[in-house]
Formats: sequence, C-alpha cells, structure tokens
Amino acid sequence: MSPSMVGLYVFVLSCFVGYHVIWGVTPALHTPLMAVTNAISAIVVVGAMLVAGHESPMDGSLPLIQIIGFFAVLLASINIFGGFVVTNRILAMFKKKT
Amino acid sequence: MEISFLTPDHFALAYLVATILFVLGLKGLSGPKTALKGNLYAMIGMAIALVATFLNPEVRQYSWILAGLLGGAVIGTGIALKIEMTAMPQLVAALHSFVGLSAVLVAAGTFLAHRDSAELNGVFMAEIAIGSFIGALTFTGSLVAFGKLQELLSSNPVIFKGQHALNALLGFAMIALCGAFVLTESFPLFLLMTGIALLLGILLIIPIGGADMPVVVSMLNSYSGWAAAATGFTLGNNLLITTGALVGSSGAILSYIMCKAMNRSIISVILGGFGGEAPTAIDPNTPQKRAKSASVEDLAFMLENAQKAIIVPGYGMAVAQAQHSIKEVLELLQSKGVEVKFAIHPVAGRMPGHMNVLLAEADIPYDVVQEMEEINAEFASTDVTFVIGANDVINPAAKTDPKSPLYGMPILEAYRSKHVFVSKRSMKAGYAGVDNLLFYYDNCSLVFGDAKGTCDKLANSLKESH
Repeated sequence: MSPSMVGLYVFVLSCFVGYHVIWGVTPALHTPLMAVTNAISAIVVVGAMLVAGHESPMDGSLPLIQIIGFFAVLLASINIFGGFVVTNRILAMFKKKT
Repeated sequence: MEISFLTPDHFALAYLVATILFVLGLKGLSGPKTALKGNLYAMIGMAIALVATFLNPEVRQYSWILAGLLGGAVIGTGIALKIEMTAMPQLVAALHSFVGLSAVLVAAGTFLAHRDSAELNGVFMAEIAIGSFIGALTFTGSLVAFGKLQELLSSNPVIFKGQHALNALLGFAMIALCGAFVLTESFPLFLLMTGIALLLGILLIIPIGGADMPVVVSMLNSYSGWAAAATGFTLGNNLLITTGALVGSSGAILSYIMCKAMNRSIISVILGGFGGEAPTAIDPNTPQKRAKSASVEDLAFMLENAQKAIIVPGYGMAVAQAQHSIKEVLELLQSKGVEVKFAIHPVAGRMPGHMNVLLAEADIPYDVVQEMEEINAEFASTDVTFVIGANDVINPAAKTDPKSPLYGMPILEAYRSKHVFVSKRSMKAGYAGVDNLLFYYDNCSLVFGDAKGTCDKLANSLKESH
C-alpha cells in the first residue's frame, strides 16, 4: 500500500471519529468548539516548520523558501496561541449557579 | 544538528500521542465541567507536536522557525486577551483565514524545496495543488466573512448576473490548471491556479448576507480543517491528516446544524448560491393588521407577577451589548421568586453558540440557558416570554404559512406562552425581510426602544417596586 493510500485510510477513519466526537459536543459550547478547532487546525505549523527549517541556499542568494516558511509559521502560530487562549477565556466564563 | 537516536517511528509515536490528546480535547467539550481540561489536553498535544517537529532531522536551522513562533505567540496571545466577546465571530473568521494562507504557503514552500532536490512525482504534485487551492479558498473566503462581520464590507449579499456560471468557469479553470501543473511541474502555473482559487474564495462568500454568517463561519471552519488534512497528504504526515479530518468534520457538522436551523440546503451553501431567492414582497392585499405596543412598566409588572418567564435573546442583544443589563433583570426577577430561563435558537447571533458565550460573559449561569429542543415544550406553561433582539426565529409563519420563505424552519415557540413581549427598535421586518406574524397575535405586545435601554429601564422599574 502506498503512503498516500495509508493516508487515505487514516483520513477516512478520522472523519468517523470526528463525526462521533463532535455530535457529543453540547450546543452551548459551539463557539469554544470553533475556537479550539481553529487552534488545532493550525497543526499545519508542522509543515510550516519543515519549510522554514529548510537548508539555506549555499550560494548566498535570497532564502525564499525560508521566508515563505517563516510567514507560514507566523500565521499558524497566531492561530495556535490566539485559538487556545481565547478558548480558555470563554470556557472560564461558563459557571454554574452558585 | 543531527539527533541520530530518534527514528521516524519515534516521531510517529509522538504525533500519535498528540492526535489522542486532540481527540480527548474535543471530547472534553461535551460539557462545561470537562471543557477546560479538554482545552489543556489539546494544548499539550500541540506542544508535543511542536517539540517533535523541532527535533526532526529534516529541520536544518531554527532561526526562522523561532522568529515565526515567537511573533505568533505575542500577536496571538495579545489579540486573544483583548478581544471583546461580541467580536468572537470576527476573530474566528480571521483565524480561519490564517490557517488557509498558512496552508498555501506550506504548499508553495514544500514544492520549491522538493523541486530543488528533484524529488517530485505526480501524486505529490496533485497533493500540493489540492492543499494550495483549499487553503486559498479558505483564506479569501474567510477574509470576506471577516470583512462582513467587522462591517468593513456591506453585510448585504452581492449578487450579479451569471454569478454561478462565472464560479463554475473558474472552478473548471482551476481544476484544469491543477492538472497542467501536475504534468508540467511549472511554478507559474501553480501561482495562477492558486490565484484563481483566491478569487473563487471571494466570489463564493460575497453573495451571502449577514444573518447567514453562522453557516458561512462553520463552513469555513470545515474548509480550514480540510486544508490541514490536504497538507498532511502532501507531507505524508498522519497527525495533520487526522487533525484536519477532525476539524473538517466538526465544521461540517456545525454547518449541517446551522443549515437545518435556517432552512438552507447545504449544497446551495457550498456553491455560494443562497442569495438566489427573490425577496418576498409582503402581500399588499392582506388587510393592514395592527400590532400592540406596551410600555416598559407594563412589561415589568407582568414579569414580576409571573411564575415562570423565558427570555429569548438574539443578535439585537449582542449589537446593543445588553447582556449585562439582562443579568441584572434576571437577578431582580429571581429575588422576587420568578423562575427565569433563557431560550437559545441554534442560529441566534452570528456564529454557533454566540448567545451562550455572551450570557456566560455576563455571569449568567449556564444551567438556566437552554437549547431550542429542550425548552420548546415549556413555552405553553410560561406566563411571560420576553424577546430581545430576535425576530425570524420566533415567527410562527415558519409553521403556519407554506408560502413564507421561513416555512419549515424550526422556531422557538414563544407564541404559545400566555404573554409575549418583544423588544424592538422599529416595525422593520427581520433579516429575511418577512413580516413577523407573531406581532399581530393577541398575546403579543411590542416594547419599542433599543435593547439595552429597554433592559436598563426594566431593571429600574423592577427595583422601584421592591
């Protein structure tokens, strides 16, 4: 089985996991759900880091790939921190009757 | 720096742990009690993923990465700490656009890096192309959604002739360029394809109006997940594929819930076509009916003598920032022994769960806040229902008038309670441009004025009668 085929298996099974987990989320928490999925979809940061950490060009030319990678890391990182922090803020507000 | 004792299996194992923590994080959101812990799990998962990637021998230098991560940490945390809760929909839209653009940049960067080392093949190229165009659609689509939510753009639908034909044409052009890119490995073709995807992202979202934003925001949430999954295919990384699939299905489910609650077909949303219905003119032949109006004092009197009251908040409450005044009203009524509950329609506000967050922000305990399915049976035994800034979601036409564009949409059955008071700024129709039949019911009275002003006055008259 080719790596892409393995990926496809993982993908399809993960969709089923997602389907079942997400229907269990209470509607009252749909906003924090969006905020936290926002944060974790920034997992593209893994790809961004591989691009930004690419070996520099030997001839001293403009490190185009690394610059592209830097912006990708920056954007994903804004998402990670912004998403998690704001989720935390929202969830901390949900209180029971005292 | 080479760390030779770490094999690819070690990384895969670390990524698996991160995956498990992400799933547990989402599972935590099944209730407010476990949610904070869930968020912590997800954060740990992300930290593990970051550290593992740092140690990956493919990473040859750290300066660009560290600069990006630190910059993002400062900007992201800064925004997240300062943002007003009413601005959450905008923030979420902006964050979606970042994921989209990041995915485009990763696709471009990965392509250039692999071209340099001459490691390209057809499947890989196709994965790059798909990752880039989903990312690009997410990016500009979310920017337009952000612009509409932030009111930088008009929230009215932008509709023009041949819109669908143009979108279809661009869609086909994009797919054709995708194929050409895979065959020729030409970077300019990649850029052209991505450019068309960027344009398409704009065109798909501009025909969608302000109150339909809950659907759009959920759909873009889903796209941002699919973009991450596509990037995972490119990199052959199962963590990205799994996480992308989780986020993608989350957004898809939210879109489905929103579509159902708004009477929209999911297909027309994906195709960006739901500005298409002709605006419904109010039938000029119907006899001019009259709605009753009531003063805030009448409302206060009715509320404090009620046994049970339900408050229905809508987007108008968010606009007027009335949630804190409502909290005061809630406490005064509770101190008078009135049982008060809140009823939330799934599409109230501009994003799923918007009202719940605003009420939580005002310190209103979540156990008095109920969803539509839970509370609809209770309206019949309710003395007073007070509607603040909601309109279409309480329109009985959705049940009684097959000609109404709202027909079939599930509503909060406020009309069943003994008395309904609706706080309203004017007699204007709701977002859907449909006259609200409820206003002409005998048990309904309108309280004119801004939502916050009305709530403040209401709190005052409740205090006076103490």
